[in-house]
Amino acid sequence: MSATPERTTSATTAPVASEPVLLSVRDLTTTFATNAGPLRAVDGVSFDLGREEVLGVVGESGSGKTVLSRTIMGLLARSRVTVSGSVRLDGVEIVGASENAMRQLWSTRVAMVFQDPMTSLNPVMRVGHQIDEVLRVRLGLSRTAARARSLELLSLVGIPSPAERYRAYPGQLSGGMRQRVVIAIALAGAPALLLADEPTTGLDVTIQAQILNLLDDLTARLHMSVVLVTHDLGVVATRTSRIMVMYAGRVVESGPTADVFADHRMPYTRALLECSPRVSNAPHTRLAAIPGRPPNLAALPAGCSFAPRCAYATERCHREVPALVETTTPGHQYACWNPLPARGGPRP
Amino acid sequence: MSSATSARVDEVDEASPDEARAALGPLFWVCVAWLALNVFGAVFANVLPLDNPLYQNYSLVNAAPSLHHWFGTDDLGRDIFSRVVFGSRVSLAVGAGSMLIGFGIGAPLGMLAAYRRGRLDALLTAVMYVALAFPAIVAVIAVLSFWTPRTLLKIILVIGLASVPLVYRVIRAATMSVATRDFVIAAKVQGATDRRILVHELTPNVAPIAVSFLLIGVATVVALEGALAFLGLSVNPPTPSWGNMINEARTVMSQNPWLVLFNPPTPSWGNMINEARTVMSQNPWLVLFPSLAMCLLLLALNFVGDRLRHHFDVAQVKL
Repeated sequence: MSATPERTTSATTAPVASEPVLLSVRDLTTTFATNAGPLRAVDGVSFDLGREEVLGVVGESGSGKTVLSRTIMGLLARSRVTVSGSVRLDGVEIVGASENAMRQLWSTRVAMVFQDPMTSLNPVMRVGHQIDEVLRVRLGLSRTAARARSLELLSLVGIPSPAERYRAYPGQLSGGMRQRVVIAIALAGAPALLLADEPTTGLDVTIQAQILNLLDDLTARLHMSVVLVTHDLGVVATRTSRIMVMYAGRVVESGPTADVFADHRMPYTRALLECSPRVSNAPHTRLAAIPGRPPNLAALPAGCSFAPRCAYATERCHREVPALVETTTPGHQYACWNPLPARGGPRP
Repeated sequence: MSSATSARVDEVDEASPDEARAALGPLFWVCVAWLALNVFGAVFANVLPLDNPLYQNYSLVNAAPSLHHWFGTDDLGRDIFSRVVFGSRVSLAVGAGSMLIGFGIGAPLGMLAAYRRGRLDALLTAVMYVALAFPAIVAVIAVLSFWTPRTLLKIILVIGLASVPLVYRVIRAATMSVATRDFVIAAKVQGATDRRILVHELTPNVAPIAVSFLLIGVATVVALEGALAFLGLSVNPPTPSWGNMINEARTVMSQNPWLVLFNPPTPSWGNMINEARTVMSQNPWLVLFPSLAMCLLLLALNFVGDRLRHHFDVAQVKL
């Protein structure tokens, strides 16, 4: 990418905070042309991600989280997909960038941890070689240098006896180990931005915590910014600085994590929170669930897309789409006609 | 939060690779040995201490198996064992040669189509399916009956080209099931080019399926070659005389320039069985041994191919 010669410097040097914002997303809309008509999987999403900031993107299945992260990665197929709006990574526009241009950014500027470690590693390649590949192809390291660096990365992600694991095939590793390898591969290019798309859904609960702690730890040590996509609010609660709640492709609430947890205004956010079981609940309490299903994105209801499932919906909700409005807390926004009262007292 | 050391845990490895894979079993190795023996015989037939497959010993026609003639002699006093060994040359050359052509063209196209998708895939697949709709054996017979003289090379070429759509279809399907997995996207975002993904990521994953299909393909073509040799007779008017039996020029193998090395006419298993029909009542060995040889070769090829597929199909066992 000739337009950005200043960015060809080795990515291992932590970027000097020339701009405080690393990733700037403006009015991003991703539309799939389906046989049932256009389907807006991401609809007018805007946000900024600062350096070393961790953003949690939360929502049910089908809320557009994964499409959002793939759009930011520039990974969507080019046919039958329309992306409008702007995604700027360090000032470089990603929307509409060619695959060759993206290849310059992938791995060294932005990397991705995939959801399922079972499928995101090549089953017939030794894991060490899969890490080597990035180092050799992208960073131009020699075979021996790449091997040494791979071993470092393997121990960095907490894999015991890296020299042995280096020679293992993915099938010889457990799920948690595999996800560690996936993370090591993502880190190999020393990216400024890491997109983690449900990095723990495929894992056991105990392993989930380990992987999240690892990500947390690495974020701080390597000065990365992270977008953590998940459907599990428990995952983002302690590990993110900001949360963005998505529903049917739109952002319905976003703000500093603590604020969103304590003072959520959008009924959907509260519904999500109530779905998490709590230790303080009485034994045999029924698990809460949000009634109904996420709407069909190809046939969205007029007005607020959550209205059909919302207990507080009024006639206006079914008619007009609410815009994001600021609360008194800076950076905390919500999109709702009938917001919950501030400081989240239970509504009658 | 946690440090890297606390995040480090000893996770128990799930399974050793030996357990995860289906065992090959002793029968597999017996079959491999049999294939190796066949290939060895075919390659070194004219160096091995075998009787001349064309030498006619009229004082010993239609002999039963003996120490001198392990498989007996045919109606012209030729050693059947030697003819069976020499015959394997034709079968294996046609089988391996045509599959090489079929895979050489079909496999890269199938992989490319499955990886790229889109218009290229649509176009190629449409062409291949149209080709598949026409029965390959009819096409092969039609071409070979007009394209004379029928040399080994022509037969390999015709069968090879006829197998391209089949190979394409199998390889495309195999590639597609791999290409949609996340590790391909993962490789892409690691900066791998399409070419690198095709060669380094996809090929090793498709190879096991390709190898087993290749072996079964060779078996199919060996049988097809036998059938062609057999049909070579049915196309011509019936041949009641012994004289015509010697005239092997009518069969497909006869004018093969490659086989000049050891004098035409070269026996092919199909030819031998074909010729044996008329003398079956007097000499059962003549039809038994070439048939048996072909049968065992096909069995071994199929078994090895099938076992390999099972062995490499890690997904079926584990993961």
